[in-house]
Amino acid sequence: MSLLRVERLGKEFGGVRAVADLDFAIPGGTVFSIIGPNGAGKTTLLNLLTGVYVPSTGRIVLEERDLTGRAPYEFAACGIARTFQNLQLFFNMSALDNVMVGRYLHEHCSLPAALLRLPSLARAERAARAECEELMRFVGLAPYVAASSDAMPYGALKRLEIARALATRPRLLLLDEPAAGLNPTETLEIDALISKLAKSGMTVVLVEHNMRLVMGVSDHILVLDYGRQLAEGTAETVRRDPKVIEAYLGTGAAGDTAAAPGAR
Amino acid sequence: MLAHLVPRRSRGLAALALTVLALPLVLLNNYYYEVAILVGLNAIVCVGLNLLIGYAGQISLGHAGFFGLGAYASAILTARYGWPPLTAMLAATAGVAALAWLIGRPILRLRGHYLAMATLGMGIIISIVIATEDRLTGGPDGMSVPPLTLFGFALAGERLWYWVVGGALLVAVWLALNLVDSPHGRALRALHGSEIGAEVAGIDSASHKLRVFVISAVYAAIAGSLAAHYAGFITPAKVTFFHSIELVTMVVFGGMASTFGAVVGAAVLTTLPQALTVFKEYEMVVFGAVMMLTMIFMPNGLVPTLAARFTSRRPAP
Repeated sequence: MSLLRVERLGKEFGGVRAVADLDFAIPGGTVFSIIGPNGAGKTTLLNLLTGVYVPSTGRIVLEERDLTGRAPYEFAACGIARTFQNLQLFFNMSALDNVMVGRYLHEHCSLPAALLRLPSLARAERAARAECEELMRFVGLAPYVAASSDAMPYGALKRLEIARALATRPRLLLLDEPAAGLNPTETLEIDALISKLAKSGMTVVLVEHNMRLVMGVSDHILVLDYGRQLAEGTAETVRRDPKVIEAYLGTGAAGDTAAAPGAR
Repeated sequence: MLAHLVPRRSRGLAALALTVLALPLVLLNNYYYEVAILVGLNAIVCVGLNLLIGYAGQISLGHAGFFGLGAYASAILTARYGWPPLTAMLAATAGVAALAWLIGRPILRLRGHYLAMATLGMGIIISIVIATEDRLTGGPDGMSVPPLTLFGFALAGERLWYWVVGGALLVAVWLALNLVDSPHGRALRALHGSEIGAEVAGIDSASHKLRVFVISAVYAAIAGSLAAHYAGFITPAKVTFFHSIELVTMVVFGGMASTFGAVVGAAVLTTLPQALTVFKEYEMVVFGAVMMLTMIFMPNGLVPTLAARFTSRRPAP
């Protein structure tokens, strides 16, 4: 049973097809990676899957519920959370408050209750705070619970965004290049975090250039090239696919499997 | 239970309450009271405006219009139609809220500073209408307003009004602090920080911006209504574009995203022209200079800058 299904999905920007004719399904509880050369349309696809872009063609269905054309906050309310390649954090807030924003959907608070600060709200806030501190520890940000977000190093910010996404209690977590810009140690930590998430049963969609990371954690890989589906399958089948090798390394390299993406 | 009632977050409010209580000790005559009341009324508008500018990052250049509408609606309903002042105040506030909602709804769906443009136009239209509809508003000559009556008792005199405005300011600040420290307030700060980041966390940014815009307009309308009843006479002078700019300057100078900054900004920039009456003709120049110098030397505003300096001088815990 697939959690998310995409049918003939396409997006055009003024006649330029960023992605076209995508058909795939993401089964629940798996790690689904999207790879492809720069400009292949990976981030566009992620923006489509979270409502940031409205598709030009096709449908996005989350468990039989058609989300096509909905706003990003409605995607979030349906259980789709994401991180961004170029951080979209709230640097005007503390690290913990950044995560607390993710709890917004689950803290039912009317405007009068907020203005009068009813005791029920104070209780809910304490519970939310405790849960968000726990989430920060889960992603490895224990030392930054009391920090201001604009004073944190880049690697920690990447994980802060994951914590915020997790605070929405998503059913589907989309990570846009979580290892981009990280040093090898930090990459290993992100790798461990994604594995930990996968083990906990979270469905993860991963867009990433670090092939070691992708090949290690993915159950399923979708390869994009020029906005189209080039290949799809398990890590092993994708790694051996001549079309994939060609897209990454150019013609003539297809025979040299040692130089395939997996070996990078 | 008592310890729970006086946590850290209430200390600022307690300090403000003490200031309001202690201030009469140095208010030597009615003129001082008059200035203090003026400060309080401007502070109420600024606390509301700061929710919009400081927290949600949206700029309104028409809050004098909301202030003026609250004042004139109260004045017209009580003086011309004989409504009880409190009913008139409620009706005026509801009307201003509806107007803000109508203006904000289409505009706040857009990203960027379109609200500033729309409210600029709105403020100018309101001030023109008030100045020209002289049968209702008395035109540029202004109109007199009956006193505010509470339980059949007419409020008159600076000393009494000091407590009314002081109490209203404390309530206004209390509500604003509560709002800021709630999921709604976090949503506002979040959409200011990154609108797309807030959206993917489940926050409907357009509806939050609209709500805070309406709230800030309500603050201005109530202050306007109180101002009309207090003064007993209103003119279009407080409904001008320049007054809108004054209000924004107070918020920016006091400190954006700081409720007490808004109060301090209103206090300093309301008393300054009173103290420097020789510069009366240069009031606009003074406000322009204050705005520029704030932007250059303390872009975060007075209160946050001082707070940061104060905490950074302490040794790290």
